[in-house]
Amino acid sequence: MSETPLFELRRFSVHFGEAQAVSELDLHVDHGETVAIVGESGSGKSVSVLGALGLLPPGSQVTGTRTFAGRDLDRLSRREWNELRGGSIGFVFQEPMTSLNPLHTIGKQLRETLRLHQGLRGNVATRRARELLTQVELPRVDELMAAWPHQLSGGQRQRVMIAMAIANEPQLLIADEPTTALDVTVQRQVLALLDELRQRLGMGLLLISHDLNLVRRHADRVVVMQQGEQVESGPAQTLFETPQAAYTRQLIDAVPSGRPRPLPPQSELLLSASDFSVTFKRAKPLLRPRPPAFVAVEPLSLELRRGETLGVVGESGSGKSTLASALIRLLPSSGEIHFADQRLDQLGGEALRRQRRALQIVFQDPYGSLSPRLSVADIISEGLRFHHPELAPPEVAGRVAEALHDVDLPADCGHRYPHEFSGGQRQRIAIARALILKPRLLILDEPTSALDRTVQKQLIELLRDVQAKHDLTYLFISHDLAVVRAMAHRILVLKDGKVMEQGDCETLLRSPQTTYTRALIEASSLT
Amino acid sequence: MTPNRRQRLSPITRRRLQVFRRHRRAYWSLWLFGLLFAFSLAAELVANDKPIVMEYQGEWYIPMLVDYPETEFGGFLPTTADYRDPFVHEQIERHGWMLWPPVPFSYQTLDRDVQGPVPSPPGARHWLGTDDQGRDVFARVLYGFRLSVTFALALTVGSILLGVLIGGAQGYYGGKIDLFGQRLIEIWSGLPVLFLLIILASLVEPNIWWLLGIMLLFSWLGLVDIVRAEFLRARNLEYVKAARAMGLPSRLIMRRHVLPNAMVATLTFIPFLFTGAITTLTALDFLGFGLPPGSPSLGELVAQGKNNLQAPWLGITAFLSLSVMLSLLVFIGEGLRDAFDPRHIVTSTTTARPPLAATTHAQESQP
Repeated sequence: MSETPLFELRRFSVHFGEAQAVSELDLHVDHGETVAIVGESGSGKSVSVLGALGLLPPGSQVTGTRTFAGRDLDRLSRREWNELRGGSIGFVFQEPMTSLNPLHTIGKQLRETLRLHQGLRGNVATRRARELLTQVELPRVDELMAAWPHQLSGGQRQRVMIAMAIANEPQLLIADEPTTALDVTVQRQVLALLDELRQRLGMGLLLISHDLNLVRRHADRVVVMQQGEQVESGPAQTLFETPQAAYTRQLIDAVPSGRPRPLPPQSELLLSASDFSVTFKRAKPLLRPRPPAFVAVEPLSLELRRGETLGVVGESGSGKSTLASALIRLLPSSGEIHFADQRLDQLGGEALRRQRRALQIVFQDPYGSLSPRLSVADIISEGLRFHHPELAPPEVAGRVAEALHDVDLPADCGHRYPHEFSGGQRQRIAIARALILKPRLLILDEPTSALDRTVQKQLIELLRDVQAKHDLTYLFISHDLAVVRAMAHRILVLKDGKVMEQGDCETLLRSPQTTYTRALIEASSLT
Repeated sequence: MTPNRRQRLSPITRRRLQVFRRHRRAYWSLWLFGLLFAFSLAAELVANDKPIVMEYQGEWYIPMLVDYPETEFGGFLPTTADYRDPFVHEQIERHGWMLWPPVPFSYQTLDRDVQGPVPSPPGARHWLGTDDQGRDVFARVLYGFRLSVTFALALTVGSILLGVLIGGAQGYYGGKIDLFGQRLIEIWSGLPVLFLLIILASLVEPNIWWLLGIMLLFSWLGLVDIVRAEFLRARNLEYVKAARAMGLPSRLIMRRHVLPNAMVATLTFIPFLFTGAITTLTALDFLGFGLPPGSPSLGELVAQGKNNLQAPWLGITAFLSLSVMLSLLVFIGEGLRDAFDPRHIVTSTTTARPPLAATTHAQESQP
């Protein structure tokens, strides 16, 4: 360890005009050390780092001292900046889908980086690129060099991004939510790789994350931020064991907890599907036979009793959402669906639309699922007004207020618009919209995935209360086993459209039958 | 009252109004265009060959609105009185008074008392001179402007109705409707429009309704692609899916959730439809295939300017009136486009929020 830290910020602040995004941040990273900045969305984690490296758009001002390897960053010329960024400082961003140029092959993009910063050309560059891809433990390197970004999975893309970031042997690697967009099992591998590279290359690693679990396992020191302010900082172990600030404690405690209420013993069957499958036809190429249909969900059977929660678990692309949408007939499917005493799969047109009242769905994205043009009261009451045209406006308003009360929102927010609400509040609005129709089955498609942990915890408690109050049945979709455990009575594990296993939540988590389930459980590090 | 109305406008609409108002050039253009149009709507009060009101032998007459026979004023013919006729004029002046509009010529009035050969240059009698038939150019421009704008307005409204209907059906239902619809449109749009217009216009006696109908056959094409794309995109938005899950029928979903999205693209397209309609009408008139002879038309004025190069005021007037009108429309279009652009940053005062936060929250599906 050297005397001067590798990267240091002192009394560092970022302003956007009047608004202060980061205030008085103190932070330093030494060689070979992992420092994590933790906080919920909007706490100024990314902004502080981008600001320190001059990557914020014009209109922002930064103040305070910032040094890198003993150099004052405020005095750098434009050329020196360019050498620094991508040279001595490497970046890995959150979105593996958008941070690679889709129009160039992986090899070309890697060689480009090498040429710009080290002047490597031709065979030398190619050899070095191949070496880098091997270093980030990617298989079949030669094929990869000629591959296009869309041919790679999210995890592979993130590895390529890491390869590009370490291409110039940086002294500091900045990873901004490097695993947030990845599946849980892949997350672990990517972090393990970052850890190993840090040790091998002796880099400093600045990790930005909202995920405390992950930080706990990988960081040496932690800085906790809240609304642009530094709340607490210190060695990871002491911080997690004896948190000083209330906010830190709140973050640490924000693990989904509790169990669903036990089912009444003689609960009747509400929904059952047998021999249920979803297939998508593929386009027929000219002059050649049509390729076999893509099977999104292979034939399966499932049952849901009244008041029960069935958790559907799997990684992205496993067919969870497709299954849910097809069950409520938003997508075509084959097989029988019995709902209450009706054959749902044989209904159509008007009859199906009438039945939809009883089958509601809440989507993942709290920003996309509410029309930005309608007021909250309009959004919530829309279905009610259609299905019950006989209700007078005051009655509708009463029902809206009731629904808002159910989701713990103040009754006066009806005339406001969705953009005035936070993600968690929007998700509550979406739930109120579903509840007002008095459904019997509510499908929750990753309802908590886009939310911060503390908000997630509140929402889970709310969902459990609502379930008990209205005697609701849930189909709960999630990739996060910790959340599912807090919600579900039974679990169904999906992989590539196939049911891996199905059974009682506790039993399944305690003794998983397949390796896939075991990997999922391990990755979500249930406590 | 005002706060109440503000409440009812959704925040998006309010933001758009704000951006549009900030866009000074577009804002002033809209005002100026509105004033010009309002002015031209009152063309009968400004340029007319009949008095606005008059008194004759103690009785009131409104010649502007009611046709009176010449016999009423001591003439001999039972036809509509020609108030510019020296005999009638004298009769009325003797037994009462007339209030003339500032320009005592209508677009069809042939001024027989003009000094010198026609086309005569601008002067006190004819502010912008006369054309080669002795008709007042100012009156013709005024009425021509009104005709062009109302024609373009009708054509735009018609195109929007057709385009949104057809594009919407294709986009929302997709599949075969979309496939065959698109192929049909590709063929249809491959037709040489101007030639077809000329051929069709020579088959029938062209009047304004025929022209409107014929041009309507083609002008909706441009809109279909935009509306279709918006509908295709919007039908997969989560709030549209949520509406479907609520059991709302397609027509309601389209009207409440999908159409507002498409209207953004449609509204930005309006100025272009508008200018396109005006230019096509002018072109047809210029070629002589447009409105029936005698109608006030800017295209005909352009043709006159071309045929009478010795009378430059014809060409200059036609050029100026067309270019001012089209420029104003383009400026308004620019303002509209900015107002509806969700990425357009409202400058400084109100919502200076870090762009990073804005991107992570991927605000509105982004129209």
